[in-house]
Amino acid sequence: MSIALSSGATPARERPPLGTTGPVGWLRANLFGSWWSTALTLALGYVVVRFLWGFIDWALIRAVWTVPMGPHGPDATICRQMKGAGACWAVIGDKWRFILFGQYPYNEQWRPGICVALFIALYAASANRAFWRRELLYLWLGTLAVIFALMWGGFGPLQFVPDDQWGGLPITLILATFGLVAAFPLAILVALGRRSKELPVVRILCVVYVELIRGVPLISLLFMASVLFPLFMPEGLNPDKLLRAQVAIILFAGAYLAEVVRAGLQALPKGQSEAAEALGLSYWRKTRLIILPQALRLVIPPLVNTFIGFFKDTSLVLIIGIYDLLTAGKVALADPAWTGFAAEVYLVLAAIYFMFCFAMSRYSHGLELRLAAARGR
Amino acid sequence: MDETPAILLEQVNKWYGSMHVLRDVSLSVAQGERVVVCGPSGSGKSTMIRCINRLEEHQQGRIVVDGTELTDDLRALDAIRREVGMVFQSFNLFPHLTILENCTLAPIQVRKMKRVEAEELAMEYLRRVRIPEQAKKYPGQLSGGQQQRVAIARALCMRPKIMLFDEPTSALDPEMIKEVLDTMVGLAETGMTMVCVTHEMGFARQVANRVVFMDRGEIVESGEPNALFENPQTDRLRLFLSQILRGH
Ligand SMILES: Nc1ncnc2c1ncn2[C@@H]1O[C@H](COP(=O)(O)OP(=O)(O)OP(=O)(O)O)[C@@H](O)[C@H]1O
Ligand SMILES: [Mg+2]
Repeated sequence: MSIALSSGATPARERPPLGTTGPVGWLRANLFGSWWSTALTLALGYVVVRFLWGFIDWALIRAVWTVPMGPHGPDATICRQMKGAGACWAVIGDKWRFILFGQYPYNEQWRPGICVALFIALYAASANRAFWRRELLYLWLGTLAVIFALMWGGFGPLQFVPDDQWGGLPITLILATFGLVAAFPLAILVALGRRSKELPVVRILCVVYVELIRGVPLISLLFMASVLFPLFMPEGLNPDKLLRAQVAIILFAGAYLAEVVRAGLQALPKGQSEAAEALGLSYWRKTRLIILPQALRLVIPPLVNTFIGFFKDTSLVLIIGIYDLLTAGKVALADPAWTGFAAEVYLVLAAIYFMFCFAMSRYSHGLELRLAAARGR
Repeated sequence: MDETPAILLEQVNKWYGSMHVLRDVSLSVAQGERVVVCGPSGSGKSTMIRCINRLEEHQQGRIVVDGTELTDDLRALDAIRREVGMVFQSFNLFPHLTILENCTLAPIQVRKMKRVEAEELAMEYLRRVRIPEQAKKYPGQLSGGQQQRVAIARALCMRPKIMLFDEPTSALDPEMIKEVLDTMVGLAETGMTMVCVTHEMGFARQVANRVVFMDRGEIVESGEPNALFENPQTDRLRLFLSQILRGH
């Protein structure tokens, strides 16, 4: 009996004084520690609450969700009356398929829809460490083949859709996925080449590549790929616009990623490489088994930072008339029925970009934690 | 066969830029011989020992290891590195691999051993350095002395004919030095050819057939350990000995 009694409550002197731990303690320590911090907390709190309230009022309470159909399509008169006071989500309801799939033939849009789902499934599978096996490579190749077969069509009941009619989210995902998947190995080779002592020609080529590409904006590179490049190519040997843009993006991402990878290589102590050599490992084995696993682990945060940057930079293809997600949104706004509702469309676009980028960011954070835990640190 | 020296250096010279770090170094180590190299800091001990497995390249002279001359021929280099194990001052274990994986990596990748066999071999050597129970841990979870014993086991897993040690105990706390030295004494008793840079005079007296004293890139004196320590022939060695004796 006495055991049950004494284990019920900790004696008072063993407990920290009230109000120094838990949420109350946290608030006291961090937000209301002094009169100055109290004043700042209150002022900032007021601003945040006012803004949030205004936003909720606009986006939810006074928003217009649907509009009636007029003789020439949707009639946005109610939206215009509420303009400034309430959001007009009806524009999304009417235009969402154009925003997501661009000019892809309307009745065939289930095809790019499946492609988007396939891309997301592919990312999810690749994120799972249990799937990090050779089979994953085949899964990628297979899925990408299916995606392109669906997008192009031209067999069986599927009508052929040339890639200048593709648009919206699939374009963004294609450019970003191929861009990073191809740029990453390129970046590793360039980073290794730049550190090579035995092959000065390779080293110089790598330096020139990185410095040239880093020195120009992506827009000008895309412009060169779309306008200048065809001028120098013989007739008939002219890869299409999407492919040229893709190559430009790969080259650009490759140069940036190469510098990130190089930073990781430089951060490794020289002893690691020497120990591997002394054990008789060849250059490529040493690089693959000892150097890269450690170097890449060190640079996960800047790598993901670069990945996220490039995911968003794919939107610059609008300069050469490719309909990625952002461009499709802009074009949707050009519809006279919906001019002036840019805020709503851009908010939705931002939310889509944010979902992908935030997923990347959370994933990399989890990866870092797991890798650190695996090493017992 | 036994007459060919395990290691032969003839008139080896090396420069870093304009700094002459090895001057006409000649040294012959017989099979099964145990040589301790000592000398003041910056005298070229590490450079010499690292030339033997070509972590550094010499510019003049000849280095022959186990009958194979070190040249630009990569195949010869691979062959030599398979036969020569090295233990570093700073352990240089691979932090992203477990102790067991550290030990099995080279046997699997270089010797093309099967994983099961390599793991058996690794466990045998980990038992010999008396840390089999740490096999599943990562290097960061071990003490310095334990890490250095793993590094020795890792090198031994390649079944080398020659072992090089570059100040294996000088990064260790005093209480861990003994455990590593004991391991090395045990290794010496198996008849391994060893070249060891160290200032542990007790170790030198116990296991070395010969002590080599280097200063300013030259081999100044060499001989049987007791004779060399009791009866130094040169002022440089006398000065060096008085300095390390005072240090201890
Ligand atoms: N990579 C290098 N580049 C230029 N100089 C070097 C390099 N490595 C060593 N040296 C120089 O070569 C000389 C010999 O160095 P080494 O490391 O062989 O000396 P050591 O006898 O091992 O000294 P210690 O007892 O301090 O380890 C030193 O003067 C050193 O400064
Ligand atoms: Mg040294």
